[in-house]
Amino acid sequence: MAPRTKSLFPEEISERHTLSILVDNEAGVLGRIVGLFSARGYNIESLTVADITQDEAVSRITIVTSGPRRVIDQITAQLDRLVPVHSVTDLTELGPHVERELALVKVAGTGESRAEALRLAGIFRARPVDTTTQSFVFEISGSTVKVDQFIELMREVGLVEVARGGVVALSRGAEAR
Amino acid sequence: MQGRELSGADIIVKALVDLGVDTIFGYPGGAVLPIYDALFRQNKIRHILVRHEQAAVHAAEGYARSTGRPGVVLVTSGPGATNAVTGITDALMDSIPLVVLTGQVATHLIGSDAFQECDTVGITRHCSKHNYLVKETARLGAVIHEAFHIATAGRPGPVVVDIPKNVQVATARYEKPARIEHKTYRPRVKGDLAAIEAAVDMLASAERPILYIGGGVINSGPGAAQLLRDLARLSHAPVTSTLMGLGAFPASDPQFLGMLGMHGTYEANFAMNQCDLMLCLGARFDDRVTGRLDGFSPSSRKVHVDIDPSSFNKTVRVDLTIEGDVGHVLEDMVKLWRARGLQPADQQDWWSRIRGWREKNSLAFRQEGAKIQPQHAIRRLWEATHRRNPIITTEVGQHQMWAAQHFDFEQPNKWLTSGGLGTMGYGLPAAIGAQLGNPGSLVIDIAGEASIQMNIQELATATQYRLPVKVFVLNNEYMGMVRQWQDLTYEGRHSQSYSDSLPDFVKLAEAYGWKGIRIETEDQLDAGIAEMLAHDGPVFVDCLVEKHANCFPMIPSGATHVEMLLSPDQVSGKVAKSAEALV
Ligand SMILES: Cc1ncc(C[n+]2csc(CCOP(=O)(O)OP(=O)(O)O)c2C)c(N)n1
Ligand SMILES: [Mg+2]
Repeated sequence: MAPRTKSLFPEEISERHTLSILVDNEAGVLGRIVGLFSARGYNIESLTVADITQDEAVSRITIVTSGPRRVIDQITAQLDRLVPVHSVTDLTELGPHVERELALVKVAGTGESRAEALRLAGIFRARPVDTTTQSFVFEISGSTVKVDQFIELMREVGLVEVARGGVVALSRGAEAR
Repeated sequence: MQGRELSGADIIVKALVDLGVDTIFGYPGGAVLPIYDALFRQNKIRHILVRHEQAAVHAAEGYARSTGRPGVVLVTSGPGATNAVTGITDALMDSIPLVVLTGQVATHLIGSDAFQECDTVGITRHCSKHNYLVKETARLGAVIHEAFHIATAGRPGPVVVDIPKNVQVATARYEKPARIEHKTYRPRVKGDLAAIEAAVDMLASAERPILYIGGGVINSGPGAAQLLRDLARLSHAPVTSTLMGLGAFPASDPQFLGMLGMHGTYEANFAMNQCDLMLCLGARFDDRVTGRLDGFSPSSRKVHVDIDPSSFNKTVRVDLTIEGDVGHVLEDMVKLWRARGLQPADQQDWWSRIRGWREKNSLAFRQEGAKIQPQHAIRRLWEATHRRNPIITTEVGQHQMWAAQHFDFEQPNKWLTSGGLGTMGYGLPAAIGAQLGNPGSLVIDIAGEASIQMNIQELATATQYRLPVKVFVLNNEYMGMVRQWQDLTYEGRHSQSYSDSLPDFVKLAEAYGWKGIRIETEDQLDAGIAEMLAHDGPVFVDCLVEKHANCFPMIPSGATHVEMLLSPDQVSGKVAKSAEALV
């Protein structure tokens, strides 16, 4: 094995990683995970959690985090040693996976800007799920980038407020990972 | 078999008995009264009543560290639980297996700010390895068995089980569970063979190898210490140990370089700096060990063996990691080495450099005149006791470092000290726990006059249980380690580091039913130690030592292994602004 480079952690470039964590659905488990991030100074960009088995025994927590590769590896190892954690999968590391986010976007306006909002929503395949003569609530889902872009555009046509669900993600292919 | 129903409290006691628990350390209160009543009605478990819950946890740590069996603590809700937090954190940092049972208010009162309610699982979530709030009596037996499994499996640590009072009162059936296999927590014990082979190759071909060992070797059990000797013998590699690993390799062995790190020996730190292969066994590249990271062992390849993969590449990047129990990995390494009939590379040049560093005699001190040098006191204590293979505990400060440097350990489980958390007040309760676990052993707390006052109330516990523990205070009338840093960093401005208004320790000891001895001058030292050893009850020795001695050698904060200070005249009293913020 060739000796590695001697300068310490030269590649400290921040990367964005999506972690998929399967946990026992027990009281306090979310606190353990969130607390680990705050206690060790790791970032959370997005977090979603819900139980995913019929008996509600297991939850999937999807966390989008960012940091240098070394820190990401630490996060994975630290999560993995928590007792109620079944598995930690770094989907970004794993390669092909799908990531989706859901957002509700409220826009108010009349006349030209209202028509423009509806037209843009069509382009983004955002559905109006509430409509008044003064406003829409659009439902949009897609990649974080797409949701970001849509919200940016809505700012110009009367954005009122936004609720985002956070990223959910799964690996591609037939296997569960 | 369908047993009859038992109360939760009786289930707890029965489960503890089934788990082989013979001693628990605790303090009663409202939320654990049912458990105390269950203890009253049995005679298999001995309950040791401490005088403060922090001490219960340290005593359990001392018991665990000296026997290799998990320590058990029982405290009440609210203040009982919060008092235990320091000890729990201490056990987490030093990987000590503990099960801490805490009482809790009844389930229907949780969240109502009831009397002596606190969020124990919330408070201990990040200072325990795992914790539970048990809401059903039917789950209690299984949870207690699981708690022991988790405390002892993998990297050991403290597990807290919070038990509401109504859960202790309600009844359920209890059955001793079969072998526990946790559904998710399954630490890997055997190392990857290909990686082990690579490590053996690297070790055999290294010209300047070093074995850097830590507390993991001790946690792995006495077999690991024996295998470590075998590997050292086969590879000819020098061995250095962290504070927590002392005793895992015999201090008298010619291959031992002593402790490394901030107060380590010159030869250990230089060898770490200059080696071409570092084999880290159950240590974690702690900042006290590495010194400044960018100057840490710049030209070595590094292999890290640990049961906790989160320790890999945490602070220092290594070339090869082996996840597994140190004992198992050592066994495979030794087997492989022998099977392949390997010979170590030529290390003549390496050992001659090591001899050169050893000639610095970095632990040397000068004992002249009547004033007792603290190092001398420890050395005399070692001379007088080492044939009895004593268990030594310490408090935290200079005396702790001097004990680590000057008291030689030949076996594991004999050296009990608070490493990761550095908790003043650890030593006396830990000595009590160690004495209970090892009734025939000589147990001595090497203490400082400031630290000993942090759990001084435990003198009564030793008296109550007729424990012949010894406390040997190196009384320098200073929080010496704090003063040392003030000398190093703040030009000797001794802010609040003088131990004023000290009690008369001899009288205090006597008031608690101990024998008290004061040693004031060098000519009284050996006689005082002999008198301490001759007394079969607890003895408190107040040994007055040189007040201004500082602990050397020392790597100042922000410096590397090769920037060691060997003596006080190298101290300038100031450090760079960048180093001032380092602990
Ligand atoms: C609970 C706690 N509080 C504060 C400290 C910081 N501290 C480290 S060493 C020390 C002084 C210890 O004095 P003493 O027990 O007399 O030992 P000496 O250094 O003089 O040998 C202090 C205050 C600590 N380690 N633990
Ligand atoms: Mg002192």
